[in-house]
Amino acid sequence: MIGLSHYLLLAGILFSLSVAGIFLNRKNVILLLMCIELMLLAVNFNFIAFSRYLDDMAGQVFVFFILTVAAAEAAIGLAILVVLFRTRRSINVEELDTMRG
Amino acid sequence: MEHVYLAIVLAPLLAGVVAGLFGHAIGRAATHWITISGVAISFVLSLVVLNGILIDGAEPFNGTVYTWAVTDGLRMEIGFLIDRLSALMITVVSFVSLMVHVYTVGYMRDDPGYQRFFSYISLFTFSMLMLVMSNNFLQLFFGWEAVGVVSYLLIGFWYTRPTANFASLKAFLVNRVGDFGFLLGIAAIVYYTGSLDYAEVFAGAPQIAARSIEIFPDNPWNAMTVVCILLFIGAMGKSAQVPLHVWLPDSMEGPTPISALIHAATMVTAGIFMVARMSPLFELSETALSTVLIIGATTAFFMGLLGVVQNDIKRVVAYSTLSQLGYMAVALGASAYAAGIFHLLTHAFFKALLFLAAGSVIIALHHEQDMRRMGGLRRYMPVTYWTCLIGALALIGFPGTAGFFSKDALIEAVAEADRAGAGYAHWAVLSGVFVTALYTFRMFFMTFHGPERMEPHAREHLHESPWVVTVPLVLLAIPSAVIGWFTIGPVLFGNYFGESIRVLPANDVLAGLGAHFEGPAQFLLHGMTAPSVWVALAGLAAAWFFVLRRPDITDALRKRFTLLHGILVNKYYFDAFNDRVVAGGSRQIARLFWRVGDEAVIDGVLVNGTARGIGWAAGRARRLQSGYLYHYAFAMIIGLAALLGWMLFLR
Amino acid sequence: MIVSVIFYLFAAVLIGAAVGMITSRNPVHAALFLVLAFFNSAAIWLLLEAEFLAIVLVLVYVGAVMVLFLFVVMMLDVNLAAMREGFTRYAPLGAVIAAIVVIEIFHVVWLKRQGLPFFDTPVPHPPGYSNTEALGAILYTDYVYPFELAAVILLVAIVAAISLTMRRREGLKQQNISRQVQVRREDRVRLVKMDAERDE
Repeated sequence: MIGLSHYLLLAGILFSLSVAGIFLNRKNVILLLMCIELMLLAVNFNFIAFSRYLDDMAGQVFVFFILTVAAAEAAIGLAILVVLFRTRRSINVEELDTMRG
Repeated sequence: MEHVYLAIVLAPLLAGVVAGLFGHAIGRAATHWITISGVAISFVLSLVVLNGILIDGAEPFNGTVYTWAVTDGLRMEIGFLIDRLSALMITVVSFVSLMVHVYTVGYMRDDPGYQRFFSYISLFTFSMLMLVMSNNFLQLFFGWEAVGVVSYLLIGFWYTRPTANFASLKAFLVNRVGDFGFLLGIAAIVYYTGSLDYAEVFAGAPQIAARSIEIFPDNPWNAMTVVCILLFIGAMGKSAQVPLHVWLPDSMEGPTPISALIHAATMVTAGIFMVARMSPLFELSETALSTVLIIGATTAFFMGLLGVVQNDIKRVVAYSTLSQLGYMAVALGASAYAAGIFHLLTHAFFKALLFLAAGSVIIALHHEQDMRRMGGLRRYMPVTYWTCLIGALALIGFPGTAGFFSKDALIEAVAEADRAGAGYAHWAVLSGVFVTALYTFRMFFMTFHGPERMEPHAREHLHESPWVVTVPLVLLAIPSAVIGWFTIGPVLFGNYFGESIRVLPANDVLAGLGAHFEGPAQFLLHGMTAPSVWVALAGLAAAWFFVLRRPDITDALRKRFTLLHGILVNKYYFDAFNDRVVAGGSRQIARLFWRVGDEAVIDGVLVNGTARGIGWAAGRARRLQSGYLYHYAFAMIIGLAALLGWMLFLR
Repeated sequence: MIVSVIFYLFAAVLIGAAVGMITSRNPVHAALFLVLAFFNSAAIWLLLEAEFLAIVLVLVYVGAVMVLFLFVVMMLDVNLAAMREGFTRYAPLGAVIAAIVVIEIFHVVWLKRQGLPFFDTPVPHPPGYSNTEALGAILYTDYVYPFELAAVILLVAIVAAISLTMRRREGLKQQNISRQVQVRREDRVRLVKMDAERDE
């Protein structure tokens, strides 16, 4: 029998994998953005699972909004990436240290 | 009558303001006419007031003219207390001031600050009258400080001279010390009685005397003693008693007319007047009176001694002023307030006279003040010579002059007193008489007799001073000579002051003298048998011997007693002590606070230290700001894991 | 039983896709792995009866966002060799942190769930229940203002993305519509009077 725990644990594993992905692909901004998408997916998983098991539509509404904002974030993030690449011919994060204190 | 009192103070104020603000617009002549009329109005009205009280027997006036502020029951007012004491004082002040105003017309004739000078002395007259006529401590303090300010301005009148600037600063600073005590005394009075009004404070005096205060632990002092000594510290500053006397000789840097007006006749007597005014308080503290007595006696004798070695004519007179102020303080300390005030009165006349005479000599010699370059002036300046002689005789207490009556009564009163220190005081004032005669006639002989030691071209221009100078001399010489005859009876023994001065019956030394008093002539005869007259004559003779007969002995003595002479020339090292210990110590302490407190602790540790510490911490913290995006992401994720772990397992 | 099989199947593929995404060197591969992960997620969301969101996930994420990602990846000339340097340098740290997060979540959802009855049995929906209808009913009533706000956010994102990436090139021929509209007859037509020519 599949219970809420299974879903939550699946979401947790997804989240951890995206965290590990951030560590592994620390140089590539595109992959960082993808990891963030995966992270949001894990979060959405939780919302939907709870919404189902608590029989409350509010969770799904929240997921709806998260999808909206994530789409906007991806669009702007990629736009910034394009501009960045245009000016520096690179998306290597290690070269982006002008904010160093 | 209230309008009359107001007019007495406001006339000189108005004249002073006009002279100060519009002096250059209205010109020199108009300035001196306006200020002289202002003071003349004050003098005439003072005479009217004095006449009203003495002859017509008017009741003393005690009333408020204007309420400035009322806070928490404490009324701050401007009011007048016109009784016999203040009526006498305003007459003396306005008379001497009038004489000085007239004299100034001649003395300051060529000075560019003519209008300014008149403005200052009129303002001074206003301040002094406010002080004297006050019926509360606040107004007394106002007048007290106002005369101090004007004194400062006048000592530094020739502000291009560095010595004048230093002297004015010195006078101001030394007076601050005294004023600090005075202010504390007033504060203590307000604390104990909750009032600034004389009448209420005097009514509450027994309550103050019944309380005690522990300044040092386990050593309770009578509150009245503390209050009175604090007030007397103020008087010490203003009336130049040891050890706060150091400013008065230096104040001779100012023009001679104000030396006469402020630093001899009026302002310096403010302390004496104040103590007499506070007699209901001082009478209740035996300790305070003894303090006054001893300090007065010390001033009287030792400051007189300094006059003997001075060569500056004005400084000799200045030291004699110090000495005479000491005499007045001795009288106060002996509970013979009336004698003190009487001496104040006569001294005002003959000391102003001596100063103005000295000034007359100085202008005749084109601002030469050194007596070693004078001599033989008798032939050139007869009026100055004779008036100065009268002043000098009055000063030494020559029988029949004003000074004789006041000083003799004073010495007798001290002899009668049986307070702690009275024996010392009696010895001091008696020896002081000899010293007084010695330095006074040393100055007189060196100036007017003997060989002419001035420079040749100065001698060609020698002539008697103009009438504006000689008329005040004559007008002052007359009371110096004769006023004692008329006033000794009523003022000293006739219960003249009535309620203005309160003396406990046990302390009333003047009443003992008064029992034998049968008129001035008899007093004169009796005085001839007292030692003080013969001491004075001995001093006169000694002066004649040393100055005119055998000048060589003076030099021999100086060589023989080098040490003593050095001490006297250096004024007992008071100035050196103040410079090295008080001023130098203050500078050392200030330097310590500056170096350690300000530079090391506040600037070094607190201000710069904080800045440096933050800079150091920021230098460390900026290493964390690598600028790499993933470092921040790592930090967030690790923080998340740690927070989760803390919430789950550790809480 | 069949639900369990489906769940484990999709979950396994999902995790595999996620692992593939984070480990692949090539961004194109990573994006494709992410697409696979989204598809599997959508399938599992269908198990949770969130049909509308599952469809939206596929349509919006796979159809739009991931295509955008792929587009950008392919458009940019990324130096992959530089990207791979030090790939494993932080791998142990990442693994440790991931393990810690997993353990903590496991601790919460598996060990601390006693006494929470809703955990095992979801409330069954009645026949004829429409997830889309229910979501729409609540979205356009209770959440209408956040919904409008979301629309504004999307608009802002569009404007921002365009304004960030748009650039003007020199020498580009463009139509100036406002000037075109403002043109008057006098600017274009000139009437000329001339004598008729005569044949000689």
